[in-house]
Amino acid sequence: MSTDVWAGTARRRLADHAFAGTTRSAGLVILLALVGVVVFLTGEGLPALTAGAVDLRGHGNLVAYLWPLLFGTVLAAALAMLIAAPLSIGVALATSHFAPRPVGRAIGYAVDLLAAIPSVVYGLWGIGVLGPWLVPIYQWLGEHLSWLPFFSGPVSATGRTILTAAVVLAIMVLPIVTAIAREIFTQTPTLQEEAALALGATRWEMVRLAVLPYARAGLVSAVMLGLGRALGETMAVAMVLSATGVVTLDLTSSTNPSTIAANIALNFPESSGLAVNALIASGLVLFALTLAVNVAARAVVASRARSLGR
Amino acid sequence: MIDVALEPVQPHFARLVVAEGRLPRWAPALTAVVSLAAAGLAGLGLGWSPVAVVAGAAALHAVGVPAWSAVVENGRAAVDRLATSLVWVALAVALVPLVSLIRQVVVLGAHQIDGEFLTWSMRNVVGSGGGIYHAVVGTVLITLATTAISVPVGLLAAIYLVEYGGGSRTASTLRFMVDVMTGIPSIVAGLFAYAVFALLLGPGIHLGIGGSVALSLLMVPIVVRSAEEMLRLVPVELREASYALGVPKWRTVVRVVLPAARAGILTGVTLAIARVVGETAPLLIIAGATDSVNTNLFGGQMESLPVFIYYSYTQPGLHPQYAQGHAWGAALVLIAIVVLLNLAARTLGRLLALRVNRRR
Repeated sequence: MSTDVWAGTARRRLADHAFAGTTRSAGLVILLALVGVVVFLTGEGLPALTAGAVDLRGHGNLVAYLWPLLFGTVLAAALAMLIAAPLSIGVALATSHFAPRPVGRAIGYAVDLLAAIPSVVYGLWGIGVLGPWLVPIYQWLGEHLSWLPFFSGPVSATGRTILTAAVVLAIMVLPIVTAIAREIFTQTPTLQEEAALALGATRWEMVRLAVLPYARAGLVSAVMLGLGRALGETMAVAMVLSATGVVTLDLTSSTNPSTIAANIALNFPESSGLAVNALIASGLVLFALTLAVNVAARAVVASRARSLGR
Repeated sequence: MIDVALEPVQPHFARLVVAEGRLPRWAPALTAVVSLAAAGLAGLGLGWSPVAVVAGAAALHAVGVPAWSAVVENGRAAVDRLATSLVWVALAVALVPLVSLIRQVVVLGAHQIDGEFLTWSMRNVVGSGGGIYHAVVGTVLITLATTAISVPVGLLAAIYLVEYGGGSRTASTLRFMVDVMTGIPSIVAGLFAYAVFALLLGPGIHLGIGGSVALSLLMVPIVVRSAEEMLRLVPVELREASYALGVPKWRTVVRVVLPAARAGILTGVTLAIARVVGETAPLLIIAGATDSVNTNLFGGQMESLPVFIYYSYTQPGLHPQYAQGHAWGAALVLIAIVVLLNLAARTLGRLLALRVNRRR
């Protein structure tokens, strides 16, 4: 009798160990995959250090090849966040504090839909609709503000400029930033909001005094997560941007810097040999850049959580 | 007696109330109508586009209500009204692209869709005719393979994090890595899959399964995050009741915890599928493109809907009007798939949750 019980226990132990081991190995597979990304990209990217002008689209070495792409990537993403950050915070405030609840929920669905649309469709729309919409605005900017380096022209006739690409990127990251911002806004302690209102604050003063200070760190990290997404977004930029690979601050002309991701998508299918290695090396740089931005965003959240004692 | 005592107080009180004038409730609506009329008139005179008229009206409204409020109410109220206006303007600006995009896709895509479009491939098609069957087959196969890889790995990892990992170092590293993984650019995932398969099978490789590997890199973290959240929602009492009956831990997880979290996990998985089904960049790199139906994940190039849209629009060939029409039609189909998956996720979650509640 007693031996039976012990035998059963041993079998149970075995099954438990096997199951725990399986789940742990699934976790290890994920860790290995991430390490694999670094290892394989480095392994396939390193040969590009020896690549010459033929494989680097006329640039002498890898650094000269990567630098204009890096510039374009950061420029497009930064412009996108300049547009998306205030808009997202406005939309998040509308859903969390300004709209009646059913309206807020409807807006939430609409924003979710915005997030669900594939990037290649944004690319179609950017070329077909947004570009032509923006051309008159660019012409106006070119006529009246051409003394600024951003609009020195000549103005693009198709509207497929880096500013248009940035607007498309802004629309694409808006749902991400909005979702996080709304989450944080709704977590504001109700007592603080009510205290502000009880002291006679208007709704905006309540938002400014209670909601925004509480949400500041979260908003910073939300914007950085959006920035990470904008840096790596590929297809919309590849389709919308008419890139010539120059380094310029001119935002509305027909000669534009390209981005790392768009450059890979446009050139990979036709490349071979060391050109492929160069593209993979640029992908590694992009990976490092987005990784740094994402880790920094998490660090902001973590330090905030620590300071709140959570 | 009492009346006399109150009398000196009343005028003072009344004066305060009068000083704090309020705009009537219909003031913003009236301003909106007036701004729209003014912008419309100006637009007719100057030949503005409808978008410019609406934008002008919005600007007039955003300035008009605070100005009126500053006159009738006070400065603080005016600032409040300005902030309210700006919040609503931000919302309107954010929704313009959504409406415009969906309108454009429906207008240009709807008339493309017929029996031939859905059941033909583009093999040997020049000019009009042909369809997206090969791309739909590719998308379905690649997505199924991605799900088959991602769900077991993601779900088991989530079980490890919730049931076994606790606060251990491996668990916190894993949690951090999953967070990091959600930020991997999709094109980098494609390059990774290419680098792996190129090392195994030689450079220039194109495989459907490679696309699945790349997409799994994007899907696994979404599955882990949503499943982890759902498993945490399962009450500890359920697990303890199971242990008290002598059920071993692994059976508790499989027979008690997972069924309790089933609705949420299925919702999360469906949303994750919806998220990767529209990915283009990784498939462009590793799955390739073809005009023919290919049902072999392990051999040859495999078309997918997003890649079909991309190439039809950017490299339309000899007859751009037909190819670009195909692109819009395929875009409509892709959006419909994504929206249906999203709706399915919501209804699935609600239905399963209802059934669990009823059983209790």
